Amino acid sequence: MEIFFQQIINGLVQGSVYALVALGYTMVYGILGLINFAHGEVVMVGAMLALSALTALIGWGVPPLLALPVSLLLAMAGCMLLGFGIERIAYRPLRHAPRLAPLITAIGVSIVLQNLAMMIWGREYHAFPQLINNQSHHVGGAIINDIQIVIIITALGLMAGLMAIVHRTSLGCAMRAVAENQHAAQLMGVDVNRVISVTFMLGSALAAIAGLMVSANYGLAHYYMGFLLGLKAFTAAVLGGIGNLRGAMLGGLLLGLIESLGAGYIGDLTGGFLGSQYQDVFAFFVLIAVLVFRPSGLLGERLAERA
Amino acid sequence: MPNVLKSILTHGHRQRLLFCLLLVAVLLLPFATDALLGRGWVRIVDFAMLYIMLALGLNIVVGYAGLLDLGYIAFFAVGAYCYALTGSPHLAMAYPLLFPDGLHLSFWIVLPLAALLAGGFGVLLGAPTLRLRGDYLAIVTLGFGEIIRIFMNNLNAPVNFTNGPQGISRIDPISVAGVSLNSTQQVMGITLPSVHLYFYLFLAFTLLVVFVSSRLEKSRIGRAWMAIREDEIAASAMGINTRNLKLLAFAMGAMFGGVSGTLFAGFQGFVSPESFSLMESVMVLCMVVLGGMGHIYGVILGGLLLALLPEVLRHSVVPLQQALFGKTLIDPESLRMLLFGVALIVVMLYRPAGLWPSRVRRRELESDEVAR
Amino acid sequence: MNEPLLTLTGIGKQFGGLSALTDVSLHINAGEIYGLIGPNGAGKTTLFNVVTGLYQASSGEFSFNGRLFQTGAPHLLAQAGIARTFQNIRLFANLTALENVLIGRHARTRAGVFGALFKNRATRDEERASVVRARQLLDYVGISKPHQTLAKNLSYGEQRRLEIARALATEPLLLALDEPAAGMNATETESLKALLQDIRSTGVTVMLIEHDVKLIMGLCDRVAVLDYGRKIAEGAPDEVRNNPGVIAAYIGAESE
Repeated sequence: MEIFFQQIINGLVQGSVYALVALGYTMVYGILGLINFAHGEVVMVGAMLALSALTALIGWGVPPLLALPVSLLLAMAGCMLLGFGIERIAYRPLRHAPRLAPLITAIGVSIVLQNLAMMIWGREYHAFPQLINNQSHHVGGAIINDIQIVIIITALGLMAGLMAIVHRTSLGCAMRAVAENQHAAQLMGVDVNRVISVTFMLGSALAAIAGLMVSANYGLAHYYMGFLLGLKAFTAAVLGGIGNLRGAMLGGLLLGLIESLGAGYIGDLTGGFLGSQYQDVFAFFVLIAVLVFRPSGLLGERLAERA
Repeated sequence: MPNVLKSILTHGHRQRLLFCLLLVAVLLLPFATDALLGRGWVRIVDFAMLYIMLALGLNIVVGYAGLLDLGYIAFFAVGAYCYALTGSPHLAMAYPLLFPDGLHLSFWIVLPLAALLAGGFGVLLGAPTLRLRGDYLAIVTLGFGEIIRIFMNNLNAPVNFTNGPQGISRIDPISVAGVSLNSTQQVMGITLPSVHLYFYLFLAFTLLVVFVSSRLEKSRIGRAWMAIREDEIAASAMGINTRNLKLLAFAMGAMFGGVSGTLFAGFQGFVSPESFSLMESVMVLCMVVLGGMGHIYGVILGGLLLALLPEVLRHSVVPLQQALFGKTLIDPESLRMLLFGVALIVVMLYRPAGLWPSRVRRRELESDEVAR
Repeated sequence: MNEPLLTLTGIGKQFGGLSALTDVSLHINAGEIYGLIGPNGAGKTTLFNVVTGLYQASSGEFSFNGRLFQTGAPHLLAQAGIARTFQNIRLFANLTALENVLIGRHARTRAGVFGALFKNRATRDEERASVVRARQLLDYVGISKPHQTLAKNLSYGEQRRLEIARALATEPLLLALDEPAAGMNATETESLKALLQDIRSTGVTVMLIEHDVKLIMGLCDRVAVLDYGRKIAEGAPDEVRNNPGVIAAYIGAESE
């Protein structure tokens, strides 16, 4: 039972990160009907930027509790710029091209970002500096530490904030209008290009935060971390119903739980034949199963190909 | 006299003549490469041939039927592991009681079986996923590729199938008519080192693949694939069983992948999961896309360029940096990947039909320009 | 010849909670030209999609050429002898006109992978016959541009004709046309009418949806009128034109 609780906690922490990244996928998909394949790399860039800034600031003697928000803001700004640039360079010129064209440029962008990161930060793992006394708490036999608590609370806060932006502000209204019908929105005076840019920037800002969270939770970051994370977050978005914000959050948390419970119990279930090293397989099986049995996801509308 | 010459060299003849010249040039290629660049480059050319075969296989799936497959390398892996398992001492180490010496099946027995197995995997993957729309299919196939890789990495315990990340080594070389290709042969006074022998074997297979591709392209089956690529609903209204034909495309592509995988295992003598990463799938896709989707010659060009480019970079970037800065600032591997990424973006933006699109595609691009 | 080729009995089709078709029964006799009219949103195209297999009916049954169909598989119906065109032209845009028609031959030819690879005699003969037939059809519907022209480079009227040639290539018993005259001018419509009459004279049954009432009245043997997913009238064009229910439906629709 203790293992069970522990896996639930781990799953929720991981799931919060997935949810934040999945929101980026789902927002772009909702508005452009496009899978932003490079989004995972934005998360990686966010983590690396934050980590570099943090290390530098602490090196200059800035107190950790000031250094953390400053480097986070820097990373967010960097990622927003990046997201803006990606859309301008790789997606906007192809908005009316066949569907596969932007997917291929997106793969190109991922490769470029990954290798630029490798040139800048090298192949090695970067350790996350010890900022605060990361205390562990015992909850019903399971352990949760301060960083994990902060992650869950921040993620929930950000999701609530995003929902407020989308449903309460005029910007959110414009976003929903463009998602519904780009052409009609344009006729109504919505600056479609601006809305799309802003969507990419919002998603990228969330990605930067998620990147910092992951590296804080695992204590390290490196240039290759974005790929698998991005793929899993995409799975989460599909699981919840791509294009649907609530779906992305639900899908993220669910996928985190499935993965951590699966990894915890796969050994017992298969009589020791398969072990926790198969953790990464779960996401892909979930992805395939969802797409085959319920392509619209848990909360999505029917997405079957148009007649 | 010139009139007679002209009539002999009608269009068809000219094409045939061109083809013969090309064939002679290709046959001499290993010797020329050996003499000009060194033996290491012949080996590189051999690998390029394997990539061309892979790219042509993927071209059936992506170029003809319009199904974006990002996990294609998995079929290559299936073929490679088939031969690695049955043509090496690995089974003897893993199961000394069952196979005291390993299986050591002949390459020519494994080849068709591996092709069939890879084709079977293609159908297995395709059956549940082919009704998905293009970009979803891409992500699912990507997931499938990763699943295969994770299993290859971890299926060394408790039962050792794949020997995990260390991979399987000491795979038997391929032999043709009792002659091992891992040896130097004398034919009519000409010395043929191992890499040359493999070159001619791979050339034969590449020509076979080209033949199969072009016959399929110009057949009822190929037309049905292109109909599906253009408009699936209209295709089914014409009586085309789209599900079966998509499965067929997947299976055919997978078989090509399996065949080149077995060749790869025999040539390299060693396989490990590292050779089958997502980057490899992306690389093969790039060959198809950059070369010209659906156009055999374009795809060959793409395969050749992308397989040779990293080697050219490896041999130029490091010395260049040494000369300029006195040290290596940028490692050639990441530079080459960076260039790949940039090339993918630039080609999609400025030449969406690839470097060498088929005549039809070219016409279509021109007419688009006129329309604009 | 008087036996019905197509029989619909109590066909219903729901999308979610919405009823697009309710209890539609009709039959089409072999050799006739049958028109389907009705105001926008009356369910004509839905019925059309049920008949051609794109949709599966929620209720009722439909039989064609003596066989009962329960399926939503267009390729089976095409093989059984129903060929269609689309309201918004759906050609294989990046293939040539000839290739488009050759694809129409798919259901009536056999060559598989083996034939493609070895080009045996049967395959070569089949291919040659297909090309001959395709060229005949292109000439028959009146495509004047070279047969190697890409479908998308044809004029609008020629694209509509190419769609008909492609449908005829499947050797249909029933040719189903979804608004074939849409967007055509008077001359084009007139020659389309002649073409359809000629097609009928070769023994092919024709079913069409059309907004051009003049075309329907001059061409069809019988007409059915749909409104709100129900059949409200059926009969010879003249009878239908004077049917008070039909007039009400059209005027009602127009005053909306």
